[in-house]
Amino acid sequence: MSERRIELEVLRYSPERDREPRFQSYTVPCLDEWVVLDALNHVKDHLDTTLSYRWSCHMAVCGSCGMMVNGEPTLACKAFVRDYPDRIRVEPLANFPIERDLVTVMDDFMEKLARVKPWLIPGEDKTLGSGEHRQTPAELKRFKQYTMCINCMLCYSACPEYGLVPEFLGPAAIALAHRYNLDSRDGGRAERQEIIARDEAVWQCSFVGACSEVCPKHVDPAGALQQVKLASTVDWYREHLLPWVKK
Amino acid sequence: MGSTMETIRTDVAILGAGGAGLRAAIALAENAPGLRIALISKVYPMRSHTCAAEGGAAGVIKPGDSLEQHFDDTVSGGDWLCDQDAVEAFVDEAPGELLQLEHWGCPWSREPDGSVAVRPFGGMKRERTWYAADKSGFHILHTLFQTSLKHASIRRFDEYFATDLLVDDGRCQGLTAIEMRTGQLKLFQAPAVIIATGGAGRMFRFNTNGAIKTGDGMAMAYRAGVPLKDMEFVQYHPTGLPSTGILLTEGCRGEGGIMLNRHGRRYLQDYGMGPETPVGRPVLKTMELGPRDRLSQAFWHEQKKGNTVETPWGDCVLLDMRHLGEKLIDERLPFVRELATSYLGKDPVTDLVPVRPTVHYMMGGIHTDIAAATPLPGLFAAGECACVSINGANRLGSNSLTDLLVFGRRAALSALDYVRAAPRVANEATLAALAKAAQTRMRLLFEKTGGTESIAGLRAKMMDIMEEQAGIYRTGDGLEKARAALNELRRRHAGIELNDKTNVYNTEWLQCLELKSLLDCAEAVVAAALARRESRGAHQRLDYTERDDRNYLKHSLAHHHPTDAPRIGTLDVVITRSQPGVRDYSGAHR
Amino acid sequence: MSRRPYVREMPTTHWFLRQPRYLRYMAREVTCVFIGAYAVLLVIALARLAEGREAYEGFLRALGSTAGIAFQVVVLAFALYHTVSWFSVTPKAMPIQRGEEFVPGGVIIGAHYAGWIALSIVVLVLAGVL
Repeated sequence: MSERRIELEVLRYSPERDREPRFQSYTVPCLDEWVVLDALNHVKDHLDTTLSYRWSCHMAVCGSCGMMVNGEPTLACKAFVRDYPDRIRVEPLANFPIERDLVTVMDDFMEKLARVKPWLIPGEDKTLGSGEHRQTPAELKRFKQYTMCINCMLCYSACPEYGLVPEFLGPAAIALAHRYNLDSRDGGRAERQEIIARDEAVWQCSFVGACSEVCPKHVDPAGALQQVKLASTVDWYREHLLPWVKK
Repeated sequence: MGSTMETIRTDVAILGAGGAGLRAAIALAENAPGLRIALISKVYPMRSHTCAAEGGAAGVIKPGDSLEQHFDDTVSGGDWLCDQDAVEAFVDEAPGELLQLEHWGCPWSREPDGSVAVRPFGGMKRERTWYAADKSGFHILHTLFQTSLKHASIRRFDEYFATDLLVDDGRCQGLTAIEMRTGQLKLFQAPAVIIATGGAGRMFRFNTNGAIKTGDGMAMAYRAGVPLKDMEFVQYHPTGLPSTGILLTEGCRGEGGIMLNRHGRRYLQDYGMGPETPVGRPVLKTMELGPRDRLSQAFWHEQKKGNTVETPWGDCVLLDMRHLGEKLIDERLPFVRELATSYLGKDPVTDLVPVRPTVHYMMGGIHTDIAAATPLPGLFAAGECACVSINGANRLGSNSLTDLLVFGRRAALSALDYVRAAPRVANEATLAALAKAAQTRMRLLFEKTGGTESIAGLRAKMMDIMEEQAGIYRTGDGLEKARAALNELRRRHAGIELNDKTNVYNTEWLQCLELKSLLDCAEAVVAAALARRESRGAHQRLDYTERDDRNYLKHSLAHHHPTDAPRIGTLDVVITRSQPGVRDYSGAHR
Repeated sequence: MSRRPYVREMPTTHWFLRQPRYLRYMAREVTCVFIGAYAVLLVIALARLAEGREAYEGFLRALGSTAGIAFQVVVLAFALYHTVSWFSVTPKAMPIQRGEEFVPGGVIIGAHYAGWIALSIVVLVLAGVL
């Protein structure tokens, strides 16, 4: 295992000590298989115990450690040091307020997530006693991709629309609503449309596509948003041109 | 830290928002409209470590299977240390809980006819493990979290770090917790508290656990006088990635992956799990589908014999999945492929993957009864932090996800009964005084100067000791050494001085508290392991190599002592219909 | 209260200079201007045609001038970029599932090109070129 020294530049901000954020640089000896999170842990354990950041699983599934690594929204546990130059700059996720160091304020996302009703609204009354819903592998595959979102918020951080218009409901929340809309067991699309087919929701999206490019779980929220737009457009025409046709 | 403390009054406080905590919260919201529920967690719910569980959740659903068989597999898998009345309740309620998740939208993998698919798992005689590809825990957690969002009565306190249970008049009446974004201590006044904070695997160096799994809830209950049960039983998962400890699910073997030593031999046949089964056609409950304790122990013997493969990260054996083919791996084990490829540079489709046993799960935990109630009135526990016990001396893979559903719900219903049974008037002045005392302890920690100890230094020492002396095989001498060393570390912990004396999101402060929790739990593990002079399930003593039912067919109970070693008591195991027998994982059992 | 979350403002005018992918997006969007310009040209052509033969021939001469050809080459280039960049994102907006599997993105994109070519042939046939 070879060792390599990198310069880790970390954006620091303590609301009690700093007027505004500043960069602090650490020299970190890294092993070949290290990820940026390992380098941060080295700093925390051995160089500067005052550094704060979120992390837990170290296997890209808990979604805690999203941050900007050299300007790109990334999971620190999936950003291999070997893929970066000797100088690595780490900042809190863009488009979110900084609470402290690399820790952002997530309130806005949490509120929006709940707003889209991301739970199954049953399409039919079915008791537990009658067993499971039948759902074929094809029906599962229809929405499966969108269940993979780990709520890491990299997509919000990559989205310029969200940066410019904070009211935008945003990629992950809408993709999750779409996930339930596509589920053969669900009957709640009409309810969710009222929330997601609005100006500050899908129609705020101009299809930059950055959300899907940075998604560590290959969820493709950009695709979900375009599909919602298309479906909403069809809804509109149906309502206005064919009002006698029942939905 | 301000001097006035905010009090939050609630009917039930749930500590921990992983699988068990969320299940409990939903059960309360559904069964008691209008009940005030506080869901408190040091992380946002979707960060909880339930998300890392891969393989699946066991529950009888297919024809040809039966509750009796699930019971038998669980009890023999646990080396007869399970409470059999609890296991009966568990296997009975398991299918309903998994079905309930299906009705809440969990994306379970399916058979072509649309019914829920099941896969084989270690130690199980029938296919009964429901799965969502190889992210079952992740999907269960997110389904529960998203479902919880529809209940307005569940008030979440995300990123609140609990510090102390408040016990007055012989019952638990609430807790204190640090609001991490302000550093302020809050008083949660609640007639009933449910602890669902998960395990404490981070006391070991090699583990599959997330950073958050530091046994905080276990330690809080322990310090409040509730015994920790069966703490000596720590499960090693046989297939962790050597560099990071990242878990590769048992599903790898359930789907047909095989274990090889450096000579290419399927060595499990040499440890009572043979004869060899055909490659790619796994046979239930033998060879690669033996239980986790046996597989991990076989590794240790292979290592001693020099049959393991050397890697930069230590000795390993090889997991061979190449014969499964790319299509099956991508469909059923995509996450495993992603993890092995990115973190180790080994693609299971084309490469042998080096793996080693790594600490995964604690069978032991807060002592509860079958209703998830602890001996302390008003305190309940569920999930990995609790010990009912349905897992006994060794948990079978895919029983734990079901466990947190069944007992998460049970804890909620018990807490509800308790809250409704009688109005209990809280002595608010006493509670405030207790909270004030907790606050004073925190302030002293902040004001301490001249400390010489580092959190990382003490933590590394603890991990080394536990790995060396309390790992897969143990000896009396080694455990004595560990006990002395842990004592020393607990003393030195008091010498930690915080470099960071600010309030907002001070993770050094929290790490200091987490380390204390881990040390408390580690002390219980070692003391209980010393007291158990036999080998059973995951607890293997080189100086007492046999199972001793005459003296040790008993649970151990570790009682906390603030300055002295814990007192170890015992409790009889509940046996209903399965007398201790031989755990047979040879092909002969079929 | 010791909290004081720090908000980093996003520059409202030049935000797209921060990232190559934002620039690519802007390029895709801005090139629609040239499509519009060509549409305006067609409207002008109709107007000239309505004015009579002489006006229309003058218009055709202008098209054939160096400046006219340069204009059309530039417009064509940007129109192609616009079309190609939009075609390449169509599989996201219109996924098609056949049985269990999704139709590969390449097929959907290819179908768009095929449609484009077919339409072009129809136009050329109507125009008497083919």
